Amino acid sequence: MPAHDVLIIGAGLAGQRAALAAADAGASVAILSKVHPVRSHSVAAAGGINAAINPADDWRSHAYDTVKGSDFIGDQDAIEVMCREAPAEILHLEHIGVTFHRNETGHLDLRAFGGASMKRTAYVADITGQAILHVLYEQLMKHHATVDRYEEWFTTSLVQDEAGNCVGCIARDIRTGEMEIFRAKNVILASGGAGQCFKPTTNGLICTGDGIAQAYRIGAPLMDMEMIQYHPTTLAENGFLITEGARGEGAHLLNSEGERFMEKYAPNKMELASRDVVSRAEQTEINEGRGVGPDKQGIYLDITVVPKKRVLEALREIVNIGKDFAGVDITAEPIIIQPGQHYIMGGVKTDVDGRTPIEGLYAAGEVACVSVHGGNRLGANSLLDTLIFGRRSGEHAAERSKGVPMPEIPQSRLQQDVDMIDAIIARPKTGRRISEIKEELGTELNRNVAVFREEQGLEHAMEIVKRLKEEAKTAYIDDRGTVFNQDVLGAIELGYMLDCADCIVTGAIERKESRGAQFRTDYPERNDEEWLKHIDLVMNGDGPKVEYSPVTITQWQPEERKY
Amino acid sequence: MAGIADPPDVAPVEDHSSELQEFTLRIRRFNPETGEAPYWEEHTVELAPHRSVLEGLLQAKARFDGSIGVRCSCRAAICGSCGVRVNGQPGLACHTHLDKALSTAKDGVIVVEPMGNMPVIKDLIVDMDAVHWKKIQRVTPWLINKTPIPEREYVVPRESMVDVTQTMACIQCGACVSDCLSMEVHPEFIGPAALAKAYRFVGDPRDAEQFERLNDLSEDPAGIYDCTHCFKCIEACPKGVAPMSQIMRLRRRAGSDHDIVDRNNGQRHEETMTKLIRDFGLLHEAEMLPRSYGGYSWFAKFSPAAGLELLDSLPVITRALLRRKVTPMKAIFGHKIPKGDLQSIQRIFEEIESKEERVEFNLYISGTDEDNAENVKEDDA
Repeated sequence: MPAHDVLIIGAGLAGQRAALAAADAGASVAILSKVHPVRSHSVAAAGGINAAINPADDWRSHAYDTVKGSDFIGDQDAIEVMCREAPAEILHLEHIGVTFHRNETGHLDLRAFGGASMKRTAYVADITGQAILHVLYEQLMKHHATVDRYEEWFTTSLVQDEAGNCVGCIARDIRTGEMEIFRAKNVILASGGAGQCFKPTTNGLICTGDGIAQAYRIGAPLMDMEMIQYHPTTLAENGFLITEGARGEGAHLLNSEGERFMEKYAPNKMELASRDVVSRAEQTEINEGRGVGPDKQGIYLDITVVPKKRVLEALREIVNIGKDFAGVDITAEPIIIQPGQHYIMGGVKTDVDGRTPIEGLYAAGEVACVSVHGGNRLGANSLLDTLIFGRRSGEHAAERSKGVPMPEIPQSRLQQDVDMIDAIIARPKTGRRISEIKEELGTELNRNVAVFREEQGLEHAMEIVKRLKEEAKTAYIDDRGTVFNQDVLGAIELGYMLDCADCIVTGAIERKESRGAQFRTDYPERNDEEWLKHIDLVMNGDGPKVEYSPVTITQWQPEERKY
Repeated sequence: MAGIADPPDVAPVEDHSSELQEFTLRIRRFNPETGEAPYWEEHTVELAPHRSVLEGLLQAKARFDGSIGVRCSCRAAICGSCGVRVNGQPGLACHTHLDKALSTAKDGVIVVEPMGNMPVIKDLIVDMDAVHWKKIQRVTPWLINKTPIPEREYVVPRESMVDVTQTMACIQCGACVSDCLSMEVHPEFIGPAALAKAYRFVGDPRDAEQFERLNDLSEDPAGIYDCTHCFKCIEACPKGVAPMSQIMRLRRRAGSDHDIVDRNNGQRHEETMTKLIRDFGLLHEAEMLPRSYGGYSWFAKFSPAAGLELLDSLPVITRALLRRKVTPMKAIFGHKIPKGDLQSIQRIFEEIESKEERVEFNLYISGTDEDNAENVKEDDA
């Protein structure tokens, strides 16, 4: 039975950064992930990472932009921590090998990004997430003696002791089907978002909200779950991401009349307004009949205004995506995009050290909600979030482990999860297929919990989620084996997704105002008097119970938000 | 109900049914738990022709058989999970369109198999740790910092970071490893992916041990000189990393920039080949071995080092003569080409060797031929 001071579940940027920080602080560390670390979805982050690193910049400016981007529901103490520590983190990454692109003088180059008052996004072409993820993995290989890696292990549940503290997890070795108890003084969840609840989404198939649901199931509160980011530039057919870096490099958005319509919605920032604003503007243009494409559900993204040499060196990945997945040469013609599900601002509620209200349980990255993103995350702040709070969680957990004895977990605890898996495998072929339920869930949420929302649609989504939860209990699978039984993992993931969906819809129904990514056509105004607060959701029987918590305001009072 | 389900902001589900087409996938199945040999299984899926082979596999998995094993996540050629062979060609399943796959299929069926050179775990899933990642670990895959580490960022030439981006773009999918011919005959070969990774450090001006890295990779009998220039990895790579080109760059850095003459005779072999082509216009096979071991002159064949190698190679030489791959006349005099052609070849050498700096091709700087052929916008600008 493996036992570690710090056990990290998930090996994207937050998880790997946490592992390295905890090991650096002298803790014994294990990092466990259902996929090989470099397959984690952080790999898909394209455009860059924000930091006020230019001597002419100031972290307070970055913090203010983030607060404003959050539509004033981000917690300002956390935002201050993130933005203040950002420059040192970027330099650390640079020192361990990230190949950030340089300017003519050989210093870090910075590009423009949405919602930012100056250029402060460091980048590696348009593969920034991949570059950082692979460099962190290089460091894990370098530090193999101090960080144990469990690659392709699937977590089935978190374990609590009698006092309710989190003391480890149960996981399944995907290659052999063997189940194992992992004991740990501290567990850091870093298992990413829940984009697969929506279809289409820019998220990978692995983004099934595992950690969010695992924490929820042991009583950790979830916060800001209604805040779902629709990215302004995704491919219509399959939801693939076209980086915001394209607009950062100068690309335009055009409607069917060839108009740069953003001047109506955000006359100052134009295409580089925050994502919720741009996505709403696009959807409004589409709804009013000025969309493009065969069914008029798209918008043109015109990258041809960016010099071709620049596109080749800085936006090479989307040249490929255009060519391979849309049959468009983006250097010669506009590409059709539309808003698409991209990110969940909400997650497991934590403090600035990644601590959840459950002793011994931490969370960092997209799985967590600190909350630095509030109602809407700025582009290039997600990588920063993962690294800053990944590191802080790792450090804090390592420190905490010094004063805590190694917990004991009775072997019998394993049997619960073994039985759960056996029961799934033994289900008769009378229910629905997992894939059908997943498809219905994704389609429904993308229909009624999208850019514009209203009561009736949300209630409909709720009904569907409740029904699907019932159906999921009897959904059957084909694979009866133990080696790489992806089918049974899919059934468990479906359960995680449905718990997340339940909370997302509950939050969206609850918040009767429009703020950030939550736009209620039936409550179109922001209402600071009643709703300048977080919605916290705590598991209560079969669904969440609604609670509230205050927004932390340090130096920036809510004001009207204009771009 | 319908009214509730369709608020005004929502796109009606796109109707692509008119574009749907049937594709039959022949999937290589293997279940290690049954003790049975691998077998083929066919599934017919229905998708638009520009959809990917991965989407075909996922549809088969969703509709017919959830037990089909395939790693995948992003579906957009970024995560590197779904390396497979489609009709024998290694690549990403998500990066191969169904219609294109059909055009290379025999008898109208798209064949999907696991990658080669790595043990199969189940169906299309291979053990990348056993081969690919072991080889990556072989090249000391992390930056060895130049010291002192600056307080702020290292100040390095702008182009250097764009240059290493081509190797940073590697997603570790293993497609290049799958069909590496050198690795097939010499499993110890460090291989295309790991050597491309090595270039990422050798080309990085912040790394302190470029000479040591190059020396190590030159001296290793399974190192940079173990590549046979077959181009398979360049063809296989879905990200334009062009591993073989990176291996050649490592050789140029090792041989030309650091003057590393390795014990495997790789550097001298390469130099001899280049010079023979310069002097004869075509490869003079019989002179290759003596001149790489005995120094570049006609008398090389009488040097002791060359003599030993020649003796050692006698069985090969004899077989070559018997199979008429070489004739005694060609062995003595080499190939003859018209004088004009020889002069053209020598002009190429003069042109290249007269350049002050070596020009290296890089995707992120110059793009591909295809990109440049359509270079409309830049000319306008």
